[in-house]
Amino acid sequence: MHIFKDTTFNFLRWRWHALVLSWVVILAGIFVLVTKGIPKGVEFAGGTVVITEFDRPTSVQQVRTALDRNFPGGGSTVIVQAYGDPALKSVMVRVPTSGAETGQSLSKTKDDVVSALQKGNVGAFKVSGTEIVGPTVGAELTSKAFWATVLSLVGILAYLAFRFQFSFGVGAVVATAHDLLITLAFLAFFRYDMSLNVIAAILTMTGFSTNDTIVIFDRIRENLRSMRRDSMYDVINVSVNQTLGRTVITSGTALLTALALFFFGGEVLHGFAFTMVVGIITGTYSSVFIAAATVSFWRGSAPARAAAHAPGAIAASPQAPTPQQPTRKNKAQRKARAS
Amino acid sequence: MANIRWKLITIVLVLIVFGGVGVYPIAASRYHLPSPRWLQDMQLKLGLDLKGGVHLVMRVETDDALRLETDQESERLREELTKRTVTFTNLTTPSVTQFRVEGVPPAQDAAFRQAANEVQANYDRSPGANGTYTFTLKPNIALQLRDEAVVQARETIERRINELGVTEPSISQQGTDQLLVQLPGVTDVDKAKAIMGSPGLLELKIVEQGPASTKESLLVGGQVPSGMEIVPGSSGTPGDTANTSYYLVRRVAAVTGRDLRNARSSLDENNQPAVSFTLNNEGGRKFGNVTGDNVGRQLAIILDGRVQSAPRIDSRISTDGRITGSFTNEEVQNLSLILRSGALPAKLDYLQERTIGPSLGADSIRSGVMASLVGLLLIVGFMLIYYHLSGVNAVIALLFNLVILVGLMAYIGAVMTLPGIAGFVLTMGIGVDSNVLIFERIKEELEAGHGVRASLNAGFGRVFWTLVDTHVAALISAGFLFNFGTGPIRGFAVTLALGLASNLFTSIFVSKTLFELELSSRRQGAALSI
Repeated sequence: MHIFKDTTFNFLRWRWHALVLSWVVILAGIFVLVTKGIPKGVEFAGGTVVITEFDRPTSVQQVRTALDRNFPGGGSTVIVQAYGDPALKSVMVRVPTSGAETGQSLSKTKDDVVSALQKGNVGAFKVSGTEIVGPTVGAELTSKAFWATVLSLVGILAYLAFRFQFSFGVGAVVATAHDLLITLAFLAFFRYDMSLNVIAAILTMTGFSTNDTIVIFDRIRENLRSMRRDSMYDVINVSVNQTLGRTVITSGTALLTALALFFFGGEVLHGFAFTMVVGIITGTYSSVFIAAATVSFWRGSAPARAAAHAPGAIAASPQAPTPQQPTRKNKAQRKARAS
Repeated sequence: MANIRWKLITIVLVLIVFGGVGVYPIAASRYHLPSPRWLQDMQLKLGLDLKGGVHLVMRVETDDALRLETDQESERLREELTKRTVTFTNLTTPSVTQFRVEGVPPAQDAAFRQAANEVQANYDRSPGANGTYTFTLKPNIALQLRDEAVVQARETIERRINELGVTEPSISQQGTDQLLVQLPGVTDVDKAKAIMGSPGLLELKIVEQGPASTKESLLVGGQVPSGMEIVPGSSGTPGDTANTSYYLVRRVAAVTGRDLRNARSSLDENNQPAVSFTLNNEGGRKFGNVTGDNVGRQLAIILDGRVQSAPRIDSRISTDGRITGSFTNEEVQNLSLILRSGALPAKLDYLQERTIGPSLGADSIRSGVMASLVGLLLIVGFMLIYYHLSGVNAVIALLFNLVILVGLMAYIGAVMTLPGIAGFVLTMGIGVDSNVLIFERIKEELEAGHGVRASLNAGFGRVFWTLVDTHVAALISAGFLFNFGTGPIRGFAVTLALGLASNLFTSIFVSKTLFELELSSRRQGAALSI
């Protein structure tokens, strides 16, 4: 079975379109981030989250009313959401502060929420989970998350520069940085809270988005040896085409599991799974359109120059992966096939 | 042939070992199968987010330890100066690392220096105008004291948690002065916090005067007499000055909680709950001397800065004592636990608190298992449809990968968390990619007209380094993830990294052996189902 058989797409021709498309998404993401800010999870923003499980189904509105009436200072800063599956009868209450800001015990705000609900006649409930984060924790965590991401990128660059030529390392890191920005943009569009799990997904994605890129680069390196007479432009195009099937399949299997997590993994993993889904899709896109194109930019190989030096190369090389016509192959192409 | 036989034996052995360590104990505990104790102990541990429990991050206020040191040293200097009859107008502690002596007459300067040399070891002395001397704690000593305070706090909390009977608690240091405490299965966070955070400082001091209803009535000439201090009694709620009585006591304690050998709950003469304590040899000797010298006077039993009771000393007491007051049974139990584990060297400041109820954890396990099953089904379905019989090969390799992953995690004592389950699910989707790359290469080789065996060899051989590269890149990010995260995120990074490592083994070694097995049992020239 084949998804793609002997394709001859000229991917590099579309690199400018791809670049414009990516920048539009990234700039739109930056615009949303600047105008609406990054929604931060409680680990980063600090504050109090109380998850309550009710004996009987209780609407968000009932909880809201109880808090508006009984929570000290009113419920205007309080967020109330249904939590997880409706069968759980759970409601999440989030307050942007903890007791620590007012110099009281850390759990003061939690106690206030619980007693406001008890007074509010919302039926019997129990507190099934809490998360209270003091104001100092978030800042520390933010800088740790930032450095972990940056160092992870640097580490991958260093490894690829060691294993490939430097230009490939640059290509892979540009593609990964691209994936990072696109994923952040989508997180901003869909207003997912920046949580520890999301950061974990982003870091995982930086590792895995290089996978497809490495596969393509390996093929470019292999073809560079056998297609000496062809330009870099053609070698890249041929390589991307030859590996297109596996690029799509490997991403597809990863995507299947990420989707399983998104739909069945429960409330806690929602942001994580969303980030992985976006990361896998953009990782595939960038491997094909961004990573290889960056290498060609870096090497400065233009198709016109290649055509001048090796006439006929463009016409001949896309046929290289076609094994059915061995008689028409020149020697270099036969070698490219066999390796 | 012999070659294949050994490879198969290796694979089966690996499967038995990892399956036995990882999968069997889980099945055994679920279906009540027999399994030896050591195997049960090895069972994959669940993280706090799945099992439920309390996760606390606290800062140790190490300034307290410095303040204590500065207080003690300034008191020593005061005693030394009094002994040598050196006069001064004032002795203050302007900050936690400094104390200052003012108004030493020039004539006594030499005597002062001599006295000061006694306390100089840890402090730098700098003279000022009008006979003023400032003593500043040496920075390296301050650093050492802070470190010791954190280590001591950690050990104290550890003892208290162990006495509470929490199974598999974890306590670790984060950064310079933070502690992370994880208490699986604990739901009463307030009790846990009260027991961990209680200073637990027991002091026995001789009462000079009291009890009195106001502080002022204890002053001599409008001042607290030198070497004395005023301590409030425990009756009445804190801040309720009307009902609080005060005691003037000696500043230096006769004995402290450090001299305790044991503390246990008991009953007093009126059958009220009380805490009995026993002193160690050193403490007993000191206590004997002090009580022997002060028969007829009152002894204040001070807990965390409040006088619990002040019984009259009837005779010399050496080792045993009792703390009475209006305690409940539970308070007495907690108090004796706290006293047994020793005093905290510094106050604790809670920074973060997370509780996960058992129902929330169970729910996470349910959705995690569901996502794993759906993910597995999708991958198996896809591989079988797309790669036919070779897909079976990849599926077997994938299942092996998962068995080895669970076995490895159980063996090294890694903890399965909810993000860890996500890592488990992703391992399926990403692990199978290695086989996809190999199969695609084999297809390509076959289409180029190469023989089946040559194509297999080329497929596995050519893709090997690509796989190494992709796995190393992913491991790099998993490494930084491990470094960055705590608890659940670490669980994720560990799952991911182990999954990557075992995947390299299964997707290459296991998968290739299965192909070879197939080749060895088929006629020449038959097409490969791929």
